Amino acid sequence: MTKSVFQKDLLTPGHMGCPGCGASLAMRYVLEALGENTVVVMPAGCWPTFVGLYPSTTLKVPVMSVPFATTAATASGVRASLDRQGRRDTVLGWAGDGGTFDIGLQALSGAAEKGVDMIYVCYDNEAYMNTGIQRSSATPRGCWTTTTPAGALKREPKKNIMEIMAAHRITYAASTSLGYPYDVMNKVRKAKDLSGMRFIHLLAPCPTGWRHETQLTLEVARKAVESRVFPLYEIFGGLEWKINPMPVKIPIDEYLDLQGRFKGLSLEGRVDFQEWVDREWAGIQDKCAHSQAALSV
Amino acid sequence: MKKVIMGTEAAALAAVLARVQVVAAYPITPQTVTVEELSNYVATGELEAEFLSVESEHSAMAACVGASATGCRTFTATSSHGLALMHEMLHHAAGGRLPIVMLNANRALSPPWNLYCDHTDSLSQRDTGWIQLYCSDVQDVLDSILIAYKVAEQAMLPIMINLDGFYLTHTSEIVDIPSQMEVDRYLPAYQPAEKVDPDAPSTYGAVCGADLYASLKCRRQKDMLAVEEAWLEAANDFANAFGRLHPTVEAYMSEDAEVVIVTIGTAGGAALLAAQSLRREGVAAGSLRLGLIRPFPKRSFTEAVKGAKHIVVLDRDISFGAEGIVAQEIKACLYGRSFAQVHGFVAGIGGNDITPEKLIEMVRQALSGTGDSVFLGESTWVEVIV
Repeated sequence: MTKSVFQKDLLTPGHMGCPGCGASLAMRYVLEALGENTVVVMPAGCWPTFVGLYPSTTLKVPVMSVPFATTAATASGVRASLDRQGRRDTVLGWAGDGGTFDIGLQALSGAAEKGVDMIYVCYDNEAYMNTGIQRSSATPRGCWTTTTPAGALKREPKKNIMEIMAAHRITYAASTSLGYPYDVMNKVRKAKDLSGMRFIHLLAPCPTGWRHETQLTLEVARKAVESRVFPLYEIFGGLEWKINPMPVKIPIDEYLDLQGRFKGLSLEGRVDFQEWVDREWAGIQDKCAHSQAALSV
Repeated sequence: MKKVIMGTEAAALAAVLARVQVVAAYPITPQTVTVEELSNYVATGELEAEFLSVESEHSAMAACVGASATGCRTFTATSSHGLALMHEMLHHAAGGRLPIVMLNANRALSPPWNLYCDHTDSLSQRDTGWIQLYCSDVQDVLDSILIAYKVAEQAMLPIMINLDGFYLTHTSEIVDIPSQMEVDRYLPAYQPAEKVDPDAPSTYGAVCGADLYASLKCRRQKDMLAVEEAWLEAANDFANAFGRLHPTVEAYMSEDAEVVIVTIGTAGGAALLAAQSLRREGVAAGSLRLGLIRPFPKRSFTEAVKGAKHIVVLDRDISFGAEGIVAQEIKACLYGRSFAQVHGFVAGIGGNDITPEKLIEMVRQALSGTGDSVFLGESTWVEVIV
């Protein structure tokens, strides 16, 4: 007999996500950590369809389903309104990489600069999955999507959203992966105990878009961390960087080979991908060492 | 209490008197003073509200949507490009049945860049589902915002209060400012029947199928059409409380008029003077200022112009490839109901003043068929080189 870690289960069964959908699991973890007193603001994308056709809903918390660019701005209005009414409920901005890295970035920057009291979770599946797997600025270099097809795989590396958020000197920013449910929930709980803008960058594989077996979602999410493609770290106040305990390192091939979207990556492409991973990893280590040194002075 | 203030100041004062709870706005000329004033009122505690300095107008309306949907009385102000940037959110606020009130300072859209009066900014948003009102003077701005909250919260539809850029935003006039106690009696606190609430979870903006989608749109149209009467009722209540009437259409000597000059916004004053002059010359002229333009006040308008043979319409806007937007509205309203000839004039855009003399000239050209203005398609353009 197994015991569920989910006590609240604010996501009901029967939602409309694909088999193995990372985005739906991500919501389950995050709401488990946040509890009932949460207002979710989400833009157009897969998630409003998971919530379901009126009058059904799959969430036991209120949801505002809003235009694409407005997650953080609408959430700011919700926060102001709840404050005015003397309510301390958590406002959760919830958007994919499209709604965060791209079309929603300006509103997110506006809210982050003002330190609006909200938790913003970007569930990152590295492309516009709802419209059918088009590139986003979160898509890794060398990756296939329907707008970076074979012969024209994506040339540009993934945008570093964590550094962008850190540059706003927000209270808390953390990267986490669906492969580590307790890491996700612990970071969301930590965010809940803080105030101001708190940003969670959550890697949530999409089997449909990543072209992997549907039962491998968590394994792929774990291997992203093990290979250092998606390191787990936290940034406090934008300046204090901290790498979380990391598993034993594996070669990137073990991560890439589980997914069809990297099938077209050449040998040189893989070398290039490894170099990007190493460079980014070294950058994070540098920042952590630097902020540790600054703290000890 | 009487004070000499500008239109932008009157708007901020009206928001204070309405006890708005959340303001989210982005400054733009010529609306800026409203935003500055409101942030100051919040800073000094004269207005107990949350003031959100957002990073764009699109976000301003998004924040208003969030605040209004969760149950607060909400205000914003914009102009021109700012309103255009909000376009998506205007549809959203109306579809969400949110009683947001917004001030819009009518200003030209670029290119070429021009900061002066032009109604195309708001008139090109007329299909977004917002109630639209155009003000005649500074007092009208203040009063209309108070009436607007009453109507918006009853109809559960957003209202755009328009004032002519510079003519009203930057003109100081004597304004009678009602006391807070009087306003509280007229406009009680906002009590939404439904809101986004963690104590009673629901979905705002759910996905729905074709049957429900069509029915919801139909219901919105029904509620929108009822706004003409709702406005008249709220305006009557206001007149009883404050002694000032702000009807949906303001007609002057139109009962026996053969030619009626129709305007929106500040040009109503010049139209009234033009009608007086024409009467002295023996022309049976009248004037009519449309306050409400969405919903179009069909009943009041048709009644007011029923004897007219010629309707001269001033448009400070143009729908390219068609004609002036107000003229289109009037033709649509009168089709099958009147044999009056509608003469559309496009004038007073980009900073050209509308004077009684110019309006008289338009009437002469309409009646005689000759004059200096340029006839193009369905409209006659004034003061242009082609």
